[in-house]
Amino acid sequence: MLSRPEWIAALARASAEELATALAAAAPIPPHRRLRGPEVGLTMLRGRAGGDGAPFNLGEATLTRCSVALEGGPVGHAWRLGRDCAAAEAAALLDALFQAAPERAGPLLAPIRARLAAEAERTARRAAATEVRFATLAAMR
Amino acid sequence: MYVAVKGGEAAIEAAHAWLAAARRGDPAVPELGLAQIEQQLSLAVDRVMAEGSCHDRGLAALAIKQARGDLIEAAFLLRAYRTTLTRFAAAEPLETGRMRVLRRISATYKDLPGGQVLGPTFDYTHRLLDFALAAEGAPPPPPAPEAEASGAPMPRVSEILAEEGLMRREAPGEAAPPPDLTREPLRFPAPRALRLQALARGDEGFLLGLGYSTQRGYGNAHPFVAELRLGEAEVVLHPPELGFPISIGEVTVTECQMVNQFAGAGDAPPQFTRGYGLALGHCERKAMAMALVDRALLARELGEEVAAPAQDEEFVLLHADNVEATGFVEHLKLPHHVDFQSELEKLRSIRARFEAERAAPRAEAAE
Repeated sequence: MLSRPEWIAALARASAEELATALAAAAPIPPHRRLRGPEVGLTMLRGRAGGDGAPFNLGEATLTRCSVALEGGPVGHAWRLGRDCAAAEAAALLDALFQAAPERAGPLLAPIRARLAAEAERTARRAAATEVRFATLAAMR
Repeated sequence: MYVAVKGGEAAIEAAHAWLAAARRGDPAVPELGLAQIEQQLSLAVDRVMAEGSCHDRGLAALAIKQARGDLIEAAFLLRAYRTTLTRFAAAEPLETGRMRVLRRISATYKDLPGGQVLGPTFDYTHRLLDFALAAEGAPPPPPAPEAEASGAPMPRVSEILAEEGLMRREAPGEAAPPPDLTREPLRFPAPRALRLQALARGDEGFLLGLGYSTQRGYGNAHPFVAELRLGEAEVVLHPPELGFPISIGEVTVTECQMVNQFAGAGDAPPQFTRGYGLALGHCERKAMAMALVDRALLARELGEEVAAPAQDEEFVLLHADNVEATGFVEHLKLPHHVDFQSELEKLRSIRARFEAERAAPRAEAAE
């Protein structure tokens, strides 16, 4: 079963179409209302000096957030990079639904998680194909 | 002095209408879509995000289209737009050591854990114009080759040196949030966190020239690229209503660790020091130049002589921002009619006095 941070991570990366599909599969959707948003704002991205030292402000990124409450039930939250308000609202609703029924998260998000894993795998395989294989007579240090 | 002048409205309207037409160009040529800019001019998009200091590929593509490809103008548009948005939260520092690597090379070690990964690079290309690209409608190139990924960790080269005690360690962070240029003005001496923020959004061309100057002897640098990385780093937020950190997506960043020798001073033994470059998007030249300039600016902290332009933090930080620079340079185009009128009158009166004084001795001599 997926943990809440795991399903939130998948929801944040899913497209609006993927989330609409997941919502359709989750029907019937109980009554709910928006508590906040969806609204577009910014997050300040930070780096670390030298990669591992003190934090510094690198630059901002657009961010969309939304909170949805199921009637008499849990409140779902969505935070995602970018400006897709429809996706943020669907993600918040799904987060609320999954809190009420955590066992549904895994099956409903399986296609999204599979797509993300395949993309990460393809990137890793493409990078691996550009790794230099040195042909030398002796190992150098 | 600026004076409100009426009378330009019609001319300005006509100029803007012409600008819109010139932006579109020949209507017989298909219009450029934002997706095309975002996908096919992706390094321009990256530069605008880095210098506009706002990660949003779609907005950067729109800014490029609106600015007719003028990337500084586009960065200006993006900066202006970002001021209309509220900052909801600061993200946790990116863990660049754990990024999903697209490219990772080291000029200091041939064999290193994780290997030399070239990624999608211009390096080793011939820089000959490829006229095959001029033929439109060609089928897309075949997918990039793939190979079994080992999944081996890629430790930082700087960490390998630090383990041996040969690399100066970075000072750990403080609990307080780092200073933010967008919220408070630059102060000197500027802490390193503020310098890195200014450099990360600084003009690539300005930093490139300064970095180059340190290599040519203005700053006594003999740098090595210990590591250059391009990859997707996870963005983690800590929303107060949740009470636990969440992962909300990835951003592509370029990171450069530049190693320099340091002779040692006081209690500090001779060791390597590093300059650090990190920028939004894929922009190696920027990250490398930033690392060179960051190292040059460490001169004061390391007790080195501050003699070269790249070591002078006021000079570097006050002039690195291309939006500020273009604002002040380009404002010279705006009407200064009254200003100039007063200059004219002053010059005329000085000239009159000058002529009178030159005439006076001659009059005396004639007497």
